Amino acid sequence: MTTTTLAVLVPLLPFLGAAAGLLLGRTAPGFVRPLAVVPILAALVLAVLVAADQGGGQALDATTELTPTGSVPIELSVHIDGFAALVAVLVGVVATCVQVYSTGYLRDDPRYPSYAALVSLFTSAMLLVVYSGDLIVLLVGWEIMGICSYFLVGHYWETPEARAASIKAFLVTKLGDVPFLIGLFALATETGSFRITTVLGAVAHGGLDHPTVIALLLLAGVAGKSAQFPLHTWLPDAMAGPTPVSALIHAATMVAAGVYFVARLLPVFEASRAAMVVLAVMAAVTMLGSGLAALAQDDIKRVLAYSTIGQLGYMTGALAVGERGAAVFHLLTHGAFKALLFLAAGVVIHAAGTNSLAAMSRMTNLRDRVPDAFWTMTVALLALAAIPPFSGFFSKESVLGAAEHVVTGHAEQIPEASGWITLVAGLVTALLTAAYATRLWLLAFHGRGAEAPDHGRQPLTMTVVLWVLAVPSLALGAFTFRLLPDWFDGHDLTPTLITSVVGTGLALAGVIVTYAAWRHTTALAARVPLGAVAAHPEGDAGLVEAEAIASHAPVYGGVAYAPDPADPGRLLLGPLHRHAAVGFHLDAVYATLFVRPVQAGASLVRFLDREVVETYVRGAGALPRLLGAAVRRAQTGNVQTYVSALLAGTVVLAVAVLLVATGA
Amino acid sequence: MHLAYPAVLAALLFCTGLYGVLARRNAILVLMSVELMLNAVNLNLVAFDVWLSRTTRETLHSGQALTLFTIAIAAAEIGIGLAIVLAVYRNRGTSDIDKLRDTAEGHETDGPDSDALTAEQAGRAGKTEATA
Repeated sequence: MTTTTLAVLVPLLPFLGAAAGLLLGRTAPGFVRPLAVVPILAALVLAVLVAADQGGGQALDATTELTPTGSVPIELSVHIDGFAALVAVLVGVVATCVQVYSTGYLRDDPRYPSYAALVSLFTSAMLLVVYSGDLIVLLVGWEIMGICSYFLVGHYWETPEARAASIKAFLVTKLGDVPFLIGLFALATETGSFRITTVLGAVAHGGLDHPTVIALLLLAGVAGKSAQFPLHTWLPDAMAGPTPVSALIHAATMVAAGVYFVARLLPVFEASRAAMVVLAVMAAVTMLGSGLAALAQDDIKRVLAYSTIGQLGYMTGALAVGERGAAVFHLLTHGAFKALLFLAAGVVIHAAGTNSLAAMSRMTNLRDRVPDAFWTMTVALLALAAIPPFSGFFSKESVLGAAEHVVTGHAEQIPEASGWITLVAGLVTALLTAAYATRLWLLAFHGRGAEAPDHGRQPLTMTVVLWVLAVPSLALGAFTFRLLPDWFDGHDLTPTLITSVVGTGLALAGVIVTYAAWRHTTALAARVPLGAVAAHPEGDAGLVEAEAIASHAPVYGGVAYAPDPADPGRLLLGPLHRHAAVGFHLDAVYATLFVRPVQAGASLVRFLDREVVETYVRGAGALPRLLGAAVRRAQTGNVQTYVSALLAGTVVLAVAVLLVATGA
Repeated sequence: MHLAYPAVLAALLFCTGLYGVLARRNAILVLMSVELMLNAVNLNLVAFDVWLSRTTRETLHSGQALTLFTIAIAAAEIGIGLAIVLAVYRNRGTSDIDKLRDTAEGHETDGPDSDALTAEQAGRAGKTEATA
């Protein structure tokens, strides 16, 4: 088989698996698990083969046109360069881990067949986005991911949080997708093609007349999908979905798609200096805001969600300084350690029976109960905090190094401003990242108080994948930063000395400060008792999590917030804590700006329909009704009356005929 | 015989019948009045047939033939009518036309014949059953 055939099979196999899973889910439940895992695993193997074939050399292009589609042709094409090959491998690895994990996590779930099929479809769509060489085909995968995220986030639709979160995720990403679509059309109109290679060729020869408009339109879609400010609000709420879905969305699919898209079309963005500065500002605001918000969250998964937003900010920052190699490098390492963090968090939530850090900090021995999750999560948090030699350090330093490269004036195309913005925001965020990672680790695994409830042994499928993902989290950075430039643009990704020292120093400072704050506040923990904890020794992890999500708001007064004086984040943030916990009131702003006007418009339309349109309809009906009521009076039921009327009518007619006949 | 005599007699018979149909309360008497009207028409048919056959030498006597038809149909009609009256009397205990007002608008039956219930009334009845 040629490499092209293999590449086509990579997105196709999970798609077929999803179709078969949806069709056979009810009739043949025994096939559901194999159908979930095997196609994804096969796709992973094929993606590895494609990557080995491609080898980082010349990009592989293959195109076929099914039918002429009008002015600008739409073609089925694959475009596989080093970026596509490696990202596809990452997607395959994470999706396989998630599917294996889900067989344990949702083992008693009645909706597991449709869940597994949707995860396969999700993965297939992401692989389509990764391999596609045509922007419209890419858009198809892009939108399939949108609808899959809607279904998967709303998996526990019995809880109102999940229903609201799924609709929010769908609508917010759609808000970005509409300008995105317009941007794609504008791009195709100016360059005359939807093919990425042709588009990039036209851009290289200065074929774009309105690069800023196009870049900003495309950025809206990217901000929606990749959860960048100001369209990031769906991501923390999407934590109402099952943990494996969070891992999939955050590590490999969906949010990675936006960054990957910009990396593919980076020359389009580079054509506009304004767009690059906007990208940098967006990245900086996202990084700083999410770092502060993560420090104030009480739900362990929401901490991770905000950390995802922040790490995506790093990737966007790398793109803003024109270094897509660093962005995709961070995408790869982040995919590994963030998937690990989420899957481990799922194990922790199962073992603790709660998703609240405040409740976990009042439990002893959580660490000993789930040793696999503890050790792997420690590795992943170290990678997240960018402590050498874990993988996150190398990728994050490559981003900061690229920003420094721009600041020192080594790149002419890139505005120096975006370099400065990215560098400063990136360094401050390194501090914040280390702080919230430390806080999470201390609160989750170093609690004091009552014993955690027993939820039985963790299934083997759930613990094995943690160790599988721990390997790249630990070693992906150190072993590959010399090799990756061959796959990417050839830019050096080695950490530079100054940013490494400063960045690591800031990260260590964050760790130390948080530890000191925790030592200070942990004495207060005893004053506030343990919150609600779900206890189902026989239930599966999904059931425990659904109950934990549903009970968090009633117990603590909010999905993100807990009145816990022992929280070191509260001490560190001070008066900011209240605002950071609710994501700096951005949801309230959206509610005022968009939700209320729409609701007011809806009630206006309702009023017009009920009171104005209905009145005309009722008025039109009133006259016939009145006439009918008058005529009905004649129906007395007395036959003789009827006959009398008949006679009278006959007489009148006869007289009339006579008069006419006689000509009177 | 001049045509006027049978014509006046027929008119008188018809008016008597008409009065009976409009004014009598007993259904049987109403039916008898209908017979009177029919016979007035029969008389007219025969009389005019004779008159016409005398003036135009018409020999077919279609008027008299039609009278035979009318008599036969009237016999059938009175049979069915009396049967209906009998059935109504057995059902209601009366053959008084003034009291047989089931087709009146807004008429409420409390008797056993439920097919007089309109759909609206059926719905109302169902509702009251549900609340009861």
